[in-house]
Amino acid sequence: MIYEFISMNGYGLYVWSSFIFTLVCFISLYTVIKLQLVKEQKKFKTKYFDLTKDVSETVRKQETYKEILAFTNISKI
Amino acid sequence: MQPFIKLSKMSFKAQKYIFILFIIVFSIGVIEALVLSPEDYKQSDSVRIMYVHVPSAWTSVGIFSLIAILSLGNLVFKNKYFLLIAKSLAPSGLVFNIIALVTGSIWGRPTWGTWWAWDARITSMLILCIFYILYILSWRILENKTSVNKVTSLISILGLINLPIIKFSVEWWNTLHQPASITLSGSSIHSSMLLPLFIMTAAFVLFSILIFLMKYNTELIKIKNKGLDRI
Repeated sequence: MIYEFISMNGYGLYVWSSFIFTLVCFISLYTVIKLQLVKEQKKFKTKYFDLTKDVSETVRKQETYKEILAFTNISKI
Repeated sequence: MQPFIKLSKMSFKAQKYIFILFIIVFSIGVIEALVLSPEDYKQSDSVRIMYVHVPSAWTSVGIFSLIAILSLGNLVFKNKYFLLIAKSLAPSGLVFNIIALVTGSIWGRPTWGTWWAWDARITSMLILCIFYILYILSWRILENKTSVNKVTSLISILGLINLPIIKFSVEWWNTLHQPASITLSGSSIHSSMLLPLFIMTAAFVLFSILIFLMKYNTELIKIKNKGLDRI
């Protein structure tokens, strides 16, 4: 029964390779995008903590930069 | 706070839920497609390739339509977030396009006896793939903001012309592809095969939403990193 399921009436190679190819594409795309996200988050974290307390406080009061710093609370990075 | 930043706030939470939902729907879809659905009386088990080939083609075409609409929206409303959303949609669209081409080729071997044919549907899908590559490359290569906006919008709007060609190619020309089995008036596919097809389509759409949210967040953080450089 297992052999029948794998062989799929002689079409197993085609069917399984299609599904495996799809899965590999999904995993690769997810990994690449996740790595990009983590890389940018790390950059942000480094840059954010590099700011001195005074600069950070002053910038928080400025409307233009509020959103940039507000993001730290959102992403918890 | 701008609405698009609010969207980002929600998207961090949404990513987790969509990922879980995708795993569940995809698992059910794979079981339905490989185990529970019946084999075709003509194509036998090779018909199961349809459950990855068709949803990926649909999703790929759908994503490009969205990219083109958003680019048009950017030209009309001059909203930079439209382009940012379009840019974030492109990677998953390209991958779905590649999956459709490769699985179509694998399906073609046992069905038509060839891996590739310059048939109207396949060729127009290949052209769509080229448009996707050009779109993504122009975001990477061009540095000037104004030219990026113009070039990417132009590529996506030109690519839009290709979409009806993909859709109607099987009716306009004599192709190896069969005419559409699912139309607005009904379907010639049995419900036992339609169910896994729709479940897999739902899974693919969920996956593209997940990738979009991750990519969109990456793009927003990139902008914020540039902002931090200016402080």
